[in-house]
Amino acid sequence: MLKEYKTVREIAGPLMLVEGVDQAKYGQIVDIEMGDGTIRHGQILQVENDKVLIQVFEGTEGINVRDTTVRFLGKPMELAVSPDILGRVFSGTGRPRDDGPPILPKKRMNINGNPINPYARDYPNEFIQTGISTIDGLNPLVRGQKLPIFSGAGLPHDQITAQLARQSTVLGKGEAFAVVFAAMGITFEAAQFFINDLTETGAIERAVLFINLANDPAIERIAAPRVALTAAEYLAFEEDMHVLVILNDMTNYCEALREISAARKEVPGRRGYPGYLYTDLATIYERAGRVKGKKGSITMVPVLTMPEDDKTHPVPDLTGYITEGQIIMSRPLHRKAVAPPVDALPSLSRLKDKGIGPDKTREDHADLYNQLYAAYARGKEAQELATILGEAALSAEDQKYMKFANEFESRFISQGYYENRSVFQTLDLGWELLSMFENVELKRIDIKLINKYMPRFRKEKEPEQKTEPVKAEN
Amino acid sequence: MAEEKNGKIVKVAGPVVVAEGMLGAHMYDVVRVGEENLIGEIVELRGDRASIQVYEDTVGIGPGERVINTGTPLSVELGPGLISNIYDGIQRPLSALVEAQGSFIKRGSQIPGLPRDKKWHFTPTAVNGSDVRPGDILGQVQESTLVLHKIMVPPGVWGKLEGLTEGDYTVTDKIGVVKTQSGDHVLTLMQKWPVRRPRPVAQRLNPNKILLTGQRVIDAFFPIAKGGTACVPGPFGTGKTVVQHQLAKWVDADIVVYVGCGERGNEMTDVLKEFPELIDPHSGEPLMKRVVLLANTSDMPVAAREASVYTGITIAEYFRDMGLSVGMMADSTSRWAEAMREISTRLEEMPAEEGYPAYLGARIASFYERAGRVVCAGTPQREGALSIIGAVSPPGGDLSDSVVQATLHVVKVFWSLLARLAQQRHFPAIDWLTSYSFYKQYLAETFEDKEQGAAFVEMTRQAMALLEQESQLIEIVRLVGAESISAADRLALETAKSIREDFLHQNAFHKVDTYTQIEKQHDLLMLILRFHRQALAAIEHGVDTADLFALPVREDIARAKYIDYAEADKIRGIADLIDRQIRELYSAVTS
Repeated sequence: MLKEYKTVREIAGPLMLVEGVDQAKYGQIVDIEMGDGTIRHGQILQVENDKVLIQVFEGTEGINVRDTTVRFLGKPMELAVSPDILGRVFSGTGRPRDDGPPILPKKRMNINGNPINPYARDYPNEFIQTGISTIDGLNPLVRGQKLPIFSGAGLPHDQITAQLARQSTVLGKGEAFAVVFAAMGITFEAAQFFINDLTETGAIERAVLFINLANDPAIERIAAPRVALTAAEYLAFEEDMHVLVILNDMTNYCEALREISAARKEVPGRRGYPGYLYTDLATIYERAGRVKGKKGSITMVPVLTMPEDDKTHPVPDLTGYITEGQIIMSRPLHRKAVAPPVDALPSLSRLKDKGIGPDKTREDHADLYNQLYAAYARGKEAQELATILGEAALSAEDQKYMKFANEFESRFISQGYYENRSVFQTLDLGWELLSMFENVELKRIDIKLINKYMPRFRKEKEPEQKTEPVKAEN
Repeated sequence: MAEEKNGKIVKVAGPVVVAEGMLGAHMYDVVRVGEENLIGEIVELRGDRASIQVYEDTVGIGPGERVINTGTPLSVELGPGLISNIYDGIQRPLSALVEAQGSFIKRGSQIPGLPRDKKWHFTPTAVNGSDVRPGDILGQVQESTLVLHKIMVPPGVWGKLEGLTEGDYTVTDKIGVVKTQSGDHVLTLMQKWPVRRPRPVAQRLNPNKILLTGQRVIDAFFPIAKGGTACVPGPFGTGKTVVQHQLAKWVDADIVVYVGCGERGNEMTDVLKEFPELIDPHSGEPLMKRVVLLANTSDMPVAAREASVYTGITIAEYFRDMGLSVGMMADSTSRWAEAMREISTRLEEMPAEEGYPAYLGARIASFYERAGRVVCAGTPQREGALSIIGAVSPPGGDLSDSVVQATLHVVKVFWSLLARLAQQRHFPAIDWLTSYSFYKQYLAETFEDKEQGAAFVEMTRQAMALLEQESQLIEIVRLVGAESISAADRLALETAKSIREDFLHQNAFHKVDTYTQIEKQHDLLMLILRFHRQALAAIEHGVDTADLFALPVREDIARAKYIDYAEADKIRGIADLIDRQIRELYSAVTS
């Protein structure tokens, strides 16, 4: 039952108020036909008696009160899906953006999805080798995890997401990922960089792209991640594929949400973002996961730029509370030309313990990363101290830890965007770096593991061990 | 029951629906919204208009659709079948939802909280013909190998007991009758109770016993009492959830109610997967046999999240009423507060701080007040305790956040999680300098051997003094270097480090270290302080600190926590090693 109304009463910001509407339902979509015949799309945000508040995805510019017709489509927003979506480029609302034909839908799916019943979830525990040491070694990613990248303006998050898309594999299996990429308000250059990278490696054929560029309508960004995740859910749970979803950039999404909220005159929460930002983000992020009885999985890497690199800004803050960890980019490391500049200390993968160990990676993995972390944390403190007091003023122990931190940064963290390290290479590198310490200092590692893995690296280092300075006393 | 009254929707805005024609409805009555019969609850009444918070997604609902008032407030079903179950925020069993709807949660399903087809063997203990009062124990059902479920007279029922018979019953079968003044009250294994109202008790008492958790930093320094309240605030990534999980696993309570309120789906799956595999150290049975789980993850409807905390505490109170010690974990109360805020915004209420409703503090306080040690209603006389441990997730880890502040007004134990400690992989990342507990005076009593208890309390005092000393010394060392402080101070720093790394630091994923008996905690701390005391004496006699710090026994001390307490002698053996090795150094200097 299509109903048309010409009773637009108000237009303000991205919102439109239509009166005299019969039978409108919350959350359903509308077509808006402008005086010149152009069609725009909208969604119902609120209904009160016969008054309907609509958000217009393409923006309200050029819409007038007199000549506009609103058609109520009587259904929620849907995405037409079929295996043919692979290799295609769409807009943020899921309309083809490339020259290809429209999708002949195998089915239409509500873009809001449904929450996964926690009881039906399968626990993510399959290690994904990304080839990046700071991730594989210290913060392993597993299938079905959502692990955001917290970045800042001017930091190379595009390179690292491209590297992830290019290199990610599951150990011992030849399965490839499908990649779903949602661009929200990023620049043409950033989107093109990603597309080119996928094209060069041939990965574009297993990728679906939803592109909303910085100059595309802002409100469309509200739909973009949901549309992308609907495509991902289809590929993962109906076509049995392992899907890596990259959402870039969630900060832009949140700003669009704030714009709607402000236009609705809602009581703002922190920094003007709506009070329901947490819930809203959760309905996006929680769509990652694995489901019992289904072969496929959705692994999600949202990218967000922290305004002023501030982790306590509402967007990274609320994201961190929902996602299973975070990879944080560091500006000081970037300045030191460490690439990728991952800040190892505050970065965290909450599911790391589930994806590693004897059958998955190697038995020494857990103890090793604990020790690397502890030593690097100590070394970082020493580095800071050295900038205040000068290196000479450090105790011998602090100097050793500082040396470790420097090597850790230049060899372990820094690897470039095109080196693909196996997890075993990463772990061995960890042992090699730790070999500058005595066994007794390696408190976080089981002594059996030290005896098994360390000797190989100790031999070469033997002379250095002897120069261990003795603390002054008397 | 009040007469059913049907209304009509006039407005839909997200999870809030306004209906008119609702005259006669009560606040917090449960209603069925729209053609799909979504579950909702009345949160505001104006004339014949009711604002309803809907526990399910409202997409596709519009004006003109009907609203049916059930006339009863949101209630939970209490009876056999709760244990080992996993519910959403309004007590719908998630496993049954999977069977009914598949892997994704859809709308409008009505599945009862307790299984209707399962039969339980009921053994009466009350005598027919006797006068019974609310809370009197009628008999029992062996619900799981760990839980002997007492069937009680529901609140509000007085009279003569008749027809109570042993047998196998479902939760809706009649097990007997109470002849009340207003007629016959049919007794079943199940009773219902509105979630927002605390269940009645005979008398409230002060907590006076420690609730052991096996977590060293908690038991030794910041213990919680049976019937006490604690909060764990911290920024993300500091291990709130791991602390909560650890407590749920190891806490010395008869029943654990774990509420995952607006948290991660995968985390709940972890709980679901892990708990059935874990063995309770006290009974040797799977932990799941004493656990009730509620999971309303962050992507599930926000109004049900608001209700989940109340659903959880009501179930916890019900077990307390049987005379049991119950631990309730709520992770995270911030999500609960945010749900309140979201509903409040949609109701267009005037906001207080950070957009939270003005009644935030009152709601939090009345929630925590439902904890406590009590004399349960009814006979035989019995004591129950309900302890609440709430996680708080303040934005940016800022403790001035409204939810943290409102919580700190009421709780008696505060475990402050520090991002800095978490970054150093010091877990649990509980800050020993700012955390506090008001229950420490009961710690000594926890030991079977009272002298050992007193000694332990004294040791924790010394250890804390050393940690405090460290926090001051460390600043000086930063500036002038470790060489320029006295040998005794250097030893204090080293011992404090040992307390941190060898005692406070605890690996939740290590099979031995994950749980530490209180006696073992005593022994571990004893080793560290014994080394300190002996070393101090040695220093006074001119022994070099570097030699002391290099003693091999220090590695034994560091690894003592990984020794299974079945081999307690091994731990105590280290004490002799300490004495011997220090004595050797000492004799080398003096000779």
